[in-house]
Amino acid sequence: MASTTPEPHAEQPLIGPGHTFGSVTDKISSIVLQRRTPMGWFVGFGISFSLLMLLLASLSYLVAKGVGIWGVNIPVGWGFAILCFVWWIGIGHAGTLISAILLLLKQEWRTSINRFAEAMTLFAVACAGMYPIFHTGRPWLAVYWLFPYPNTMGIWPNFRSPLIWDVFAVSTYATVSAMFWFVGLIPDLATLRDRAKSRVWQVVYGIFAMGWRGSAKHWHNYESAYLLLAGLATPLVISVHTVVSFDFAVGIVPGWHATIFPPYFVAGAIYAGFAMVLTLAIPLRKFYGLEDFITLKHLENMAKVMLATGLIVAYGYTMEAFTAWYSGNTYDMYTSHNRMTGPYANWYWALILCNVVLPQFLWIKNLRTSVPFLFFESLVVGVGMWLERFVIIVTSLHRDFLPSSWGMYAGTFWDWSTFIGSLGLFATLLFLFVRFLPAISIFEMRTIVPGAEVKEEA
Amino acid sequence: VKGIYGLMAEFHSPTEVVEAAKQVRAAGYRKVDGYSPFPIEELSEALEFDRSPLSKIVLVGGILGLSAGWGLEYWASVIAYPMNIGGRPYNSWPAFLVPAFETTILFAALFAVLGMLGLNGLPEPYHPVFNVPGFALASRDKFFLCIESKDPKFDPEETRRFLEGLEGTPVVSEVPH
Repeated sequence: MASTTPEPHAEQPLIGPGHTFGSVTDKISSIVLQRRTPMGWFVGFGISFSLLMLLLASLSYLVAKGVGIWGVNIPVGWGFAILCFVWWIGIGHAGTLISAILLLLKQEWRTSINRFAEAMTLFAVACAGMYPIFHTGRPWLAVYWLFPYPNTMGIWPNFRSPLIWDVFAVSTYATVSAMFWFVGLIPDLATLRDRAKSRVWQVVYGIFAMGWRGSAKHWHNYESAYLLLAGLATPLVISVHTVVSFDFAVGIVPGWHATIFPPYFVAGAIYAGFAMVLTLAIPLRKFYGLEDFITLKHLENMAKVMLATGLIVAYGYTMEAFTAWYSGNTYDMYTSHNRMTGPYANWYWALILCNVVLPQFLWIKNLRTSVPFLFFESLVVGVGMWLERFVIIVTSLHRDFLPSSWGMYAGTFWDWSTFIGSLGLFATLLFLFVRFLPAISIFEMRTIVPGAEVKEEA
Repeated sequence: VKGIYGLMAEFHSPTEVVEAAKQVRAAGYRKVDGYSPFPIEELSEALEFDRSPLSKIVLVGGILGLSAGWGLEYWASVIAYPMNIGGRPYNSWPAFLVPAFETTILFAALFAVLGMLGLNGLPEPYHPVFNVPGFALASRDKFFLCIESKDPKFDPEETRRFLEGLEGTPVVSEVPH
């Protein structure tokens, strides 16, 4: 291409050299349209699908026997179910951050990662949503416990409870994320419709593309809709984890009743979410040869976001301990002390190691731009955030106000099998997604190809 | 004249199609639409589209969502099933803020998506522009400009000559119904 004026902050390009509108389109759509499915895909899908079957078996047994098969009991009535719910929903937040907030902030590097990050959001919310429903033990009754609808018993949910706020926040989040994702897909579905060789796929993609023809009039409304959705999704995503934190903070349990919870939960959600985006992006770009689109600069930027949110989370841990000490409240001080030195101290210090200590290596540029190290770090943060929720939930509950009602908690086989099974659900959906839909937004990639800028006539 | 939908010119770059759109407008054509593989703001400007009414539709959606959410909470907690919970007032408005906020976002987002589809007339199972050979590339790397036959200034011969004379000497095709 002819000389392009260097932009002030773009020291590294966001796309490999030599790409055109056509090459970007062909590269991304060929992953979906190729006839032969790679062997590696079948292996990955097979493993994921087996784990999904484990989830099916675990949930069937749960419905048959009741929640007694899990480790939850008094005093720890909230165990794996709520902890995995919070973990999954937090992971989803990075997708919305990338697709909505970075769009509003005009961060162009979001372009190649927003599509699969949004898909990740959707699948993570599906995994999360499953937990509270099955935690009720009788999911078919959960409908009237959770949703306000006219029923013959004449009863309604209690809108003063954070748990019902959660129902509204999470169901709105799932709906809006699905719509945002679908709207983003429409022009790409039209590309697949136009490029599919077989009649069947032309019809299938054609139905979902809804007759999109790239009209300027349509793009005009489309851009407006996309920006408005981003503007709506931004306060929504912040509200979702805020409301999740209210489930804890509104209660009077020592260790939960803290005003730092909403911002600290939101930061933790983005932290875990970016870790998951990295965990997925690194194998994806390697396996499908997408290094030109998801460049080292993208990975480094994500590592920086992880480092920043990780520091906010570390501040949250510090303030939690400080506030407990400064409050002078016996129960708060004891809870904090018990976390660090009590029976779950190993879990607490493992969490500090994963979430606070190890991520500090991301300050070093050489490590931040080393792909294997980033992959390792992303897994560490994923584990760390899971441990964080375990520590918050279990250590706060297991020492009740009276020593006579103290207890211990451990996940049973069925707790673990449900959690591992939910990883299978997540991975199965992701494998299907990369096989049948473009994992990178094609039409947005075209806008960052050199030559996409309209030059003013001299 | 009425036998065809319009005349379609094919371009190779966004700069060409935007320049062509400006000239088509300057020549007095009004029923014109562009087709491109990605949104081009300059093209909308060159074709002088009105501001999209979508933001007003979304505002209506948001207000409806707020009223519906709040109304539901008020009706359920004050009228249909009043419950005394720790002496809190039946109309516990601070607690009601959260679900009402969520329904506001939900309705506004639904109105944004359905409004966008409605304004664009989608889903649309059939459209004449797809009859143009090579139009499939409008979703890959080609740019098109179509002057529709319902334009008062449209003339099959003259309009074709005008389009072919534009910069980039585009290939011009008839768009059959």
